[in-house]
Amino acid sequence: MEPGGQPRSFQLPSAIEDVPGAENWRSMYPYFTRFQPGDDNRFWFYNSMHFPEPMPAFDAITAEIPYTAIGANTTRVFVLPTTLGIEHRIVNGRVYITAIPVTDPEEIGRRAAIFNERAGYYYQNWDRLYEGWKARIAGLISEIEAVTVPPLDEFEDPRVVTESTGVAQNHYVRENFHRCLDLFSKMWHHHTEFLMLGYGAYVVFFEFCKNAFPDISEQTVARMVAGIDVIMYRPDDELKRLARLAVESGLADEFPEGCDPDTVLARLAERGEAGREWLAAFDAARHPWFHVSTGDGFYHHHLSWNENLAVPFAALTRYVRQVAAGETLERPTSKLVAERDRIAAEYRALLATEEDRGAFDQMLGVCRLVFPYVEDHKFYCEHWFTTRFFQKIRAFGELLTSRGVLEEAEDVFHLQHYEIDQALADVMLAWASGGEPLGAAYLRPIIAERKRALEALRSWSPPPALGPVPEALNDPAVQMLWGITQDTIESWYSQASSDNEKEVRGYAASSGIVEGTARVLRDVNEIGQIRDGEILVCPVTAPSWGPVFGKIKAAVSDIGGTMSHAAIVAREYGMPAVVGTGQATRRIRTGHRVRVDGDRGVVTILD
Amino acid sequence: MISPHLTRPLISLRSDDRPSVGGKAAGLGELAAAGLPVPAGFAITTGAFRHALQALDPDGVIPRQVGELPADDDGTIADVSAQLRSRIVGTPLPARLRDEIADAYRALLHQPGPGGPGGPGRPGRPAGDVPVAVRSSATAEDSGSASIAGLQDTYLWVTGAGAVAEHVRRCWASLYSVESVTYRRHRGVPEDGLAMGVVVQVMVDPRCAGVLFTRSPVTGDTSVIVVEASWGLGSAVVSGVVTPDTYVVSRVTGEIVKRDVATKLCHHQRNPSAPGVCLRDVPQALRDVPCLEDGEILALADLGRRVSDHYGSPQDVEWAIHGGSGPQIVLLQSRPETVWSSRAASPVAAPTARAFDHVLHRLSAPGRTAAP
Repeated sequence: MEPGGQPRSFQLPSAIEDVPGAENWRSMYPYFTRFQPGDDNRFWFYNSMHFPEPMPAFDAITAEIPYTAIGANTTRVFVLPTTLGIEHRIVNGRVYITAIPVTDPEEIGRRAAIFNERAGYYYQNWDRLYEGWKARIAGLISEIEAVTVPPLDEFEDPRVVTESTGVAQNHYVRENFHRCLDLFSKMWHHHTEFLMLGYGAYVVFFEFCKNAFPDISEQTVARMVAGIDVIMYRPDDELKRLARLAVESGLADEFPEGCDPDTVLARLAERGEAGREWLAAFDAARHPWFHVSTGDGFYHHHLSWNENLAVPFAALTRYVRQVAAGETLERPTSKLVAERDRIAAEYRALLATEEDRGAFDQMLGVCRLVFPYVEDHKFYCEHWFTTRFFQKIRAFGELLTSRGVLEEAEDVFHLQHYEIDQALADVMLAWASGGEPLGAAYLRPIIAERKRALEALRSWSPPPALGPVPEALNDPAVQMLWGITQDTIESWYSQASSDNEKEVRGYAASSGIVEGTARVLRDVNEIGQIRDGEILVCPVTAPSWGPVFGKIKAAVSDIGGTMSHAAIVAREYGMPAVVGTGQATRRIRTGHRVRVDGDRGVVTILD
Repeated sequence: MISPHLTRPLISLRSDDRPSVGGKAAGLGELAAAGLPVPAGFAITTGAFRHALQALDPDGVIPRQVGELPADDDGTIADVSAQLRSRIVGTPLPARLRDEIADAYRALLHQPGPGGPGGPGRPGRPAGDVPVAVRSSATAEDSGSASIAGLQDTYLWVTGAGAVAEHVRRCWASLYSVESVTYRRHRGVPEDGLAMGVVVQVMVDPRCAGVLFTRSPVTGDTSVIVVEASWGLGSAVVSGVVTPDTYVVSRVTGEIVKRDVATKLCHHQRNPSAPGVCLRDVPQALRDVPCLEDGEILALADLGRRVSDHYGSPQDVEWAIHGGSGPQIVLLQSRPETVWSSRAASPVAAPTARAFDHVLHRLSAPGRTAAP
C-alpha cells in the first residue's frame, strides 16, 4: 500500500485504449486471448522476452501452442506444487501473461507429493531420458521436413486409380496443414518437457550463490554453470571452419567483401577440385547448422541462414579475410573451461562451512546435469524445427497464392490459423468443383487492413506490467523463465511513476561501462551496416549474430536475460551488455551517443 | 653489549616486532617485507620512549603519580594530563636519540619510493625538506587507548629533523591525554612498562585516498573487495566527513560488480599556511566525478587480495594514490577485520540426501502471495 492507503497498481487492462489506426486489432486473434473484466484484479506482465513486436495474426500461434504445452507440463504432468500454468492475453498486438499461483498450503502439499515423485524420476534418469528426447525431437524434425503441399495438378496422379488409394490429393491439403500444426504442438510439448526442471536447478544454484555471496553478480553465477562446447556456437564455428578451408584451398579471392552468395557459389563450381570440395563441405555444414534462425523463433519473419545466405556470408567473408591475415578464429575452449572451473573452485573455497561446500557441489552438479538440455534445446526447437515449420506454412501460402486467393505467399501470416483452414477449404472445394476459390475478394481487404494495423501497433509502448502490484512475487516459474522478481516489479513501478526519458533499463548482463555511437539493427540481415566500435542495439541476438561481436564495443538488446545469447557472448568478449530492456530499439536511434552501464543494467541516451 | 638501535627502518620490521615498535610500525614493516607498496620510513622504538622517559623522570615519579589517579576524578586527570603533556613536549630528546632520528630522517632521501630519488620529490631539494608523516604506533597492551586517541596522533607534512623530533614528543605526550589516562585508569592498565612506538614515513600528497575492505563491510561477502575512495587525504574517509565513492570488485573474476559514485563535497588537504591538514570544499567540477579509473580499482583490489592472502584473514587497509602521470598506490595501514569475523559462520545450505532434492524443495516452497 502507498502511504496514502491507495493500493499500488499499474495501468488496468480495461484502461488501455486502442491504438489509433489499429482499432481492428481484435480481429487478428482468437477470442480467448482478450482481456476479461475480471482480469483487472490480476497482475500481468508484458512478455517482451519472447514477443517484442506486435503479433501478426498467424504468429499468435507461437503463444497459443507453447502455453498449451507448458501449462499442461506444470499443471497436469509434473504437478508443480506452487504454480499452475500461464494464461495469456493479447492487447494492441502485445502478449501479456500471468501465472496462476497455488497458495493454499494444503493444496501445495497435495501437489508436492505427486511432484516429488515425478520430478525425482526425471532427475534420476536424466541422461537416459534426455537421449530419448533428442531422438524424439530428431523424429519430429524429420516429420516436419517431410510434410508436402499437394500441387493440385489438373488431373490426379494415375496411382490413385492403379493403387486404388481412394483419396484425392485435395484431402491432403488440410491433413498436411493440420500435420504442421500438430507437429508444432508436439514439438512444444517436448520443448517444455525438461524446461522447468532444468531452469529450477539454475534458480536453486543462483539463490544459493546470492545467499552465500550477497555481492556476486548474476553473470558470475552464470559463468560457473555455462556450457562451453554447446550447439549454440556450432553454426558460427562452421563458418570459421569453411573460412579456413577456403584459405587453405587457395579460394580466398572468391570471397570479396559484400559478395553475392549465389555468384560466389556459381564461381566456386568452376574452380576445379578445390572448388568442388569446398562446396561439398558447405553443403554438409548447411544441414543442419544453417537451420539456425536469425531471430528467436517466435515470428515468421525470423528466417534461417539457409533462407537468407547473405547473413552467414557476411560473416564468412570477414572470417576469410581474418584467416588470410593470419588470425586464429578458434574459441579458446580449453581455456574457457579452465577459467570456468577456476571460478567455481575459488567460490567453493570461499564458502564458510564444509556443509556449504557439500551443498554447493550438489547444486552445481545438478546444473551441469541439466545444462546440455537447457543450452541445446533451443537449437533443435526454436531454430531447426521452427524455421522448418514456418517454411511449410509459407509453402501453403504459395499454394493459396497460386490459386489466386492471396496476393503473395507471405500474406498467409496475416491470417489466423483458423482462418487459413477456411481459405484452404475454399481452395479444396474449388479444385474439386472445377470452379474458382472465393477467398480473394473476402481475404485480401482483411489482410491489407491488418498490415496497416500492425504498422500502427508498432508505435505503441506497451507498459511492462498491468493490474495491481503484487505484494510479494516469489514464483519460481516466473523467475526461471522470465527472470522477473519482486525487485523487477518494483523497478517497473518506480519507472512508471517517474519516467526518465533518457534511460533504458534492463538486465546487467556483462559488466563494464562504455560510451559510443549506437547502431540500431532490427534484424540480422542488417549486420553489414555495423561499423567498428559502435554499440549494437537490437531486438534479440541469436547464434547468427555471433560474428558482429568482433566489431562492437557493447551490446544492448530488447530481449534476453542473464543466460541469453547476447549476454553469454558479450561476457566472452569482455564487453558491457544490457539485455532484456524491452524497448531499446524503440527508444534509441542509430547515431545516438549512448552510455552502456553493464554493471547496473542502464543505457543512457546522452544526446 | 652494544645498546640496540633506537630507530629501525620499516622494511626491517615484522609483525612480531610489535612489542618493540608498536602495532602500526610492525604492520607496515610486514606489508613492506611482503613486497607491498608502503612509503619508506622508519620506526622509533619503544626502547627510545623508555630511554627518553628515563632521562625525564629518572625516579619513576610519573608512573606512580598517574597510577594513583582516581578513575572518575575528571578534574584532577585533566590537570595532571595537561601538565605531563607540556612537560614531555617541552623537554628536548636525549642527544643520542636526536642524532639517530636525524640520521634516519636524512636516510629517507636515499630510499626508493615517494620522496626518495625514485619518487615524485623535487630534485635538488635540501635534505631537511623531505615532508614526512609522524604517526603514533601503539603496543598491544594499550591499543585500545590508541584507538581512542586516534587521528590527533598523526602529524602530516612535518619537515626537518628538528620538527620530526618535536612531533615524536607530541606522539608520546598523547599517551597522557585525558582520554588515554581515563581509559587506562578505568581498566586498571598498569603504568609501569607503558610505551609507544612512532612511525616516521615519507609523506605522500594523494590525489585520492580511502580504505579497502577485503570483505564487504556491508554484507560480509568474502568474495568481494570493497574500495571506498574520495579526493585528497584518506583522513576524510576514515573520519567520515565525506561520503566516499564505493566500488565492489569480485576477488575471483576481477569484475567490478558495483559502482556508487558519491557527491564528494569536501576533502582534507595540506594546509598551505601551516603544518598539517585543512578541510576544503571539493571544486564543483570534481564532486560527482569518480575518483578512480577502472585500472586503479582493479589494482587496488589486487593489492587487497595480496594483503588478505598474506595475513590469511580479511583486512581493512588504508591506501592512497599519488602522482599525476603514472600514479602510484601506497598502503598506509592494515588492520584485521573484526565485525564479521567475530560472528559464527552459519551454513547457507546443507547437503541433501539426493542432489536434486535441493530443487524439489525449492519448487515446493510457497510461491507468491495472491495479489490484493
